[in-house]
Amino acid sequence: MSTLASALPEVTNRSNPLVLGIESSCDETGVGIVRGQQLLANVISSSMDEHARFGGVVPEVAARAHLEALAPTLAEAVATAGVRLSDIDAVAVACGPGLAGALMVGIGAAKALAVALNKPVYAVNHLVGHVGADVLGPEGPFELPAIALLVSGGHTSLLLVRSMVNDVELLGETIDDAAGEAFDKVARILGLPYPGGPEIDRAAAGGDPAAIRFPRGLTLPKDLAAHRYDFSFSGLKTAVARWVEIRRDAGDEIPVADVAASFREAVVDVLTAKAVAACVDLGVPRLLLGGGVTANQRLRQVAQERARTAGIDLRIPEFSLCTDNGAMIAALGAQLIMSGAKASPLDFGADSTLPATRIFVT
Amino acid sequence: MVILAIDTSAGTSVALVAHNGEVLATHDTLDTMRHAEVVGQAIMNVLADAGVSASEVTLVAGGVGPGPFTGLRVGLAAAVAFATARGIDLHPTVSHDAIARGWFEQQGSGDLTIGLRVVTDARRKEVYWSDYAGLTSGIPVRLTGPAVAKPDDLPPPVGEGSLNTVNAAAVSAIQLALVARAEQGSGITRAFQPLYLRSPDVTLSQGPKRVSS
Ligand SMILES: [Zn+2]
Repeated sequence: MSTLASALPEVTNRSNPLVLGIESSCDETGVGIVRGQQLLANVISSSMDEHARFGGVVPEVAARAHLEALAPTLAEAVATAGVRLSDIDAVAVACGPGLAGALMVGIGAAKALAVALNKPVYAVNHLVGHVGADVLGPEGPFELPAIALLVSGGHTSLLLVRSMVNDVELLGETIDDAAGEAFDKVARILGLPYPGGPEIDRAAAGGDPAAIRFPRGLTLPKDLAAHRYDFSFSGLKTAVARWVEIRRDAGDEIPVADVAASFREAVVDVLTAKAVAACVDLGVPRLLLGGGVTANQRLRQVAQERARTAGIDLRIPEFSLCTDNGAMIAALGAQLIMSGAKASPLDFGADSTLPATRIFVT
Repeated sequence: MVILAIDTSAGTSVALVAHNGEVLATHDTLDTMRHAEVVGQAIMNVLADAGVSASEVTLVAGGVGPGPFTGLRVGLAAAVAFATARGIDLHPTVSHDAIARGWFEQQGSGDLTIGLRVVTDARRKEVYWSDYAGLTSGIPVRLTGPAVAKPDDLPPPVGEGSLNTVNAAAVSAIQLALVARAEQGSGITRAFQPLYLRSPDVTLSQGPKRVSS
């Protein structure tokens, strides 16, 4: 009979580990498989359509969808990667920040997978995972230190990344709504469907981004003193709502294209201005974008223009690696393993407010 | 031939039971808030205590509830993942059936005809409930439920000797494994369907609220 340990073994293959990553922090169930810095599979199942009639992500709906999607997503990732689960060196899972009930589905799965395979598990930070995604791109890892702007429906954060395995600093984050949430809410104001990002983008085509001067949150000198790299989108949303109401009350036609373009311009302006300012202030001429809002064409365009002007190297991973996904979690896990980091103790839980500075659970 | 049973519909209960019904190991945590924290170690503990390796497990029984959603899903996610990792079947098993089987077992051996109502906490001043008529071939005969209701709204129990009620605060994964074993033996299968018994709390979008007066 084999001897049975009471703890999972550490990884022995530290040079090129095969890692399976699980992501379930919001409405995407992601399972990714990487070997070192090589992407083998990135399968995403989204419950976005189920949230459409509610106008935003409903946590319980998302959590139920994660459990339903778990088995098929796992199976598809393994088949796509062309590996056997028994060949996996380690499991990585996002344990926060995010929706607690959603995160717990991934955590329960990751732990049982690890025990079933007798392999260790790394509980990693979802935000830093967005940074980890970058190593999987065709251009190879981005030089560090770099500034990372991570924008989605769940988070809006600006990080200084000196090392993705042991040195991440939070420069700023949203103090109210995430940027993606603002897109959803303004889409509702304009009578556009969910999710708002692509709808606003479509509606803004042909609109004049300078037609209406909407407020840029936390950009006044007095705000910059305390919130230099923080974001706020709640006032902007209210300003758009007020602008639209006044015209509707007066019986005027709403110039949807102009409102959408002007709103989008306000969001993109603040995001890129603060990210570029961080690069300049800190003397770090490298900017990495991540998160679902990077799909926004105008954000990409303005980021490119401003980065070029400021002499900043801009990196935007391909969209399937920008949106929430399991490959980025696996990639960060692999980086940790290659750096010699020990696996997480098996008693970790979900931490919905896990700070960006906690890269993984030790 | 070993069954791994996982139930997180109340606390976290994990057990290993041989196919002949012999209990090999069990690990129970009553805490109803820490399923995600303890489920991995619980599975490791039963394997280590029994001296069984993960590759020797041949069936996973997963408790489908009813139970509070967040915790319930942790055990089911673990059950799905373990079965997938080992390439073995998952037998979704009703958690109330495990409670009922445990109670019937205390009444005597073999088939029984005794009415029983199983009641568990559903939070929000409601209970989950199921009615049983007895035990046949090791399988509790469920007449009604699982369902959710306010305690005052429960219908009168049905079945024989219908005054028996068990209010359970825990579910035994041993009993869950034994129900799964009996159902497998009788060719009973069940679709993977968590018994939430409530719709998610959501409010349909009424359009944006006014911001100006
Ligand atoms: Zn994200």
